[in-house]
Amino acid sequence: MQKQTGPVWVIAEQIDCQVLAVSLQLIGQARKLAMELETSVEVVLLGDQLDEQTRQLFAAGADKVYLGNAPELALYQPEMYVEIITKLAKERRPEIMLIGSTSMGCELAPLVAARLATGLTAHCIDLVLDENKILENKIPAYGGLMSIICPDKRPQMATIASGVFPTPHPDDSRTGEIVPLEVPDDIPGLIQTLQVVREEPEGVSLESAPIVVAGGAGAGDLEGWRKIADLSQVLNAALGSTRPAVDAGWTELETMIGQSGKIVSPKLYIGVGLSGELQHMVGVVGAKVMVAINSDAKSPVFEQVDYGIVDDCREFIPTLIEKIKAYQEKLVTC
Amino acid sequence: MLKIVVCVKAVPDPKEAHKIKIDPVTKTLIRSSVPLVLNLIDKNAMEAALQLKEQLDAHITVLSMGPPPAGNIVKECLALGADRGYLLADQAFGGADAYATAYTLAKGIEQIGAYDVILCGMASSDGSTEWVGPEIATFLKIPVVTRVKELVEYDGQWWKVKADVENGYRLVQVKLPAVFTVTRELNTPRTLSFSGIIKARKKEITSWGINQLGVPEETVGQKGSPTIVSNLAAIESKREVEIITGTREEKAERLVQKLADTGVI
Ligand SMILES: Cc1cc2nc3c(=O)[nH]c(=O)nc-3n(C[C@H](O)[C@H](O)[C@H](O)COP(=O)(O)OP(=O)(O)OC[C@H]3O[C@@H](n4cnc5c(N)ncnc54)[C@H](O)[C@@H]3O)c2cc1C
Ligand SMILES: Nc1ncnc2c1ncn2[C@@H]1O[C@H](COP(=O)(O)O)[C@@H](O)[C@H]1O
Repeated sequence: MQKQTGPVWVIAEQIDCQVLAVSLQLIGQARKLAMELETSVEVVLLGDQLDEQTRQLFAAGADKVYLGNAPELALYQPEMYVEIITKLAKERRPEIMLIGSTSMGCELAPLVAARLATGLTAHCIDLVLDENKILENKIPAYGGLMSIICPDKRPQMATIASGVFPTPHPDDSRTGEIVPLEVPDDIPGLIQTLQVVREEPEGVSLESAPIVVAGGAGAGDLEGWRKIADLSQVLNAALGSTRPAVDAGWTELETMIGQSGKIVSPKLYIGVGLSGELQHMVGVVGAKVMVAINSDAKSPVFEQVDYGIVDDCREFIPTLIEKIKAYQEKLVTC
Repeated sequence: MLKIVVCVKAVPDPKEAHKIKIDPVTKTLIRSSVPLVLNLIDKNAMEAALQLKEQLDAHITVLSMGPPPAGNIVKECLALGADRGYLLADQAFGGADAYATAYTLAKGIEQIGAYDVILCGMASSDGSTEWVGPEIATFLKIPVVTRVKELVEYDGQWWKVKADVENGYRLVQVKLPAVFTVTRELNTPRTLSFSGIIKARKKEITSWGINQLGVPEETVGQKGSPTIVSNLAAIESKREVEIITGTREEKAERLVQKLADTGVI
């Protein structure tokens, strides 16, 4: 008799009772993997005062939802969340466990993986099954794509950023089973989340902006960076960045585009002073029109865009801004 | 006395890391001799330790797992002001994924002795998983806070810290011993001083292999890693570039025209 393959799991996340888009995207992908594996999709959702949200999870492709619904679970509490998930995973033996690479997911995933003594792949940009039905986690590395597998241990775990997979079209006719979860009473109590404070983000949001201007190490310094920021402003674009720009302190981690940052798919992407490293470029492959501005004619970025400008961005941008303004004025007057 | 362990990783110099490429034909890595440097964000972990030492009575141990040349980054941390340095170096540790790395480091930490605070960077520039800190905490059965951006207050037992979350922060209360992984926002790392370098000459680095750690070979390195690389593939771009030429003015003018024509601005 052939052994039944364990379910595909998604650890969903909610903020103020709103299910995150990445959770729905992962359920959509889990559905595909589950069809190939001939198994079911099971979702774990923890929070407080949850109710309607389960319908959204079923409509996205869940067959079963494990629902932890208690005031103690309203905020992410590492000890409790890890205890609930690992205990349930030991019972249900999922084949695969997918988690969004949010700030919570990036902490929860390794805690669960270490407790289950299994492998975890970070920031995947694609998930497929190989000929042995083993999960291939694709990540960009060294100018190419690397496949990472977890051949022996289960579940096979991966974290994935928002936007890697499309948000599934909801199928409201789908329903499923809701299994309520108990709050564990035997946690050590060595750590508590007291409060989560969030502010309205300023500027245009990267994920929804029709135009994205991204700056890289080539900005040179804060002054150079401000010029790139000015360019994004005249275009009413969202400002994105590469890892070195974040490391230099010119901008916040929230603006980083790429494998370990945001995935965007604007109409227009302008990459300024960046070299086209794959870890960044995978974050923009969905862009319609792509432009690169780089002082090095041989930069690999020019192999990945539609239009290239070879110039010092610090000199070129002010001229470009003038021309854009002139064009915008013409648009208004005619 | 607060006993601090700082975990630091030697990574290929990010300025030259792009030289490591996949050979499109053989699908193996073309390794050029890229020098190893201290992972950038680990300097923030080191700085946090140094500031704690200035405020409280503290002892700083630096710990790294890596090939023998990684000893240089341990030395660099000693010159910054760490009191002791350990390098876990052994052929058997090679090819470790985050799980096996964290396991080996956790064993090293246990061997070093008592600890109150373990500091890691949020992510390494080459692995960039963010897993090592939380997995060390799990192996040591102690709590962890990742992406710490502010150490708010300490009452001798509990720390209150702010952790980075999307568009804000999470205020966490945690009992020591604990692991913190730190972000760049936490502080501004100091640079090496000449007197530090001189003082570091007298500090010794202890190097431990698998025998000193007393762990079975199948729990470390590639053998102890649940994940493996199964394939490397080169990828080709589907776009064909048009380089816009002319004087600066002309280039700008022409680019705006192109973008207007395609309807994206
Ligand atoms: C696992 C992993 C995950 C990662 N995730 C991400 C991620 O999500 N996002 C990300 O961005 N990075 C990520 N990185 C880092 C990534 O590999 C690259 O290091 C980074 O994207 C390079 O940034 P850059 O192009 O700005 O810098 P560089 O590669 O240093 O390029 C700078 C470019 O600027 C050009 N330049 C210099 N001066 C000028 C000037 N005056 N005018 C115009 N051009 C100029 C240069 O010719 C060069 O091409 C990750 C790395 C790893 C290992
Ligand atoms: N080999 C290692 N030796 C010591 N510390 C490490 C090692 N690998 C990772 N770390 C620590 O874990 C952090 C996160 O690394 P990573 O999980 O690879 O992103 C680093 O910033 C270091 O503080």
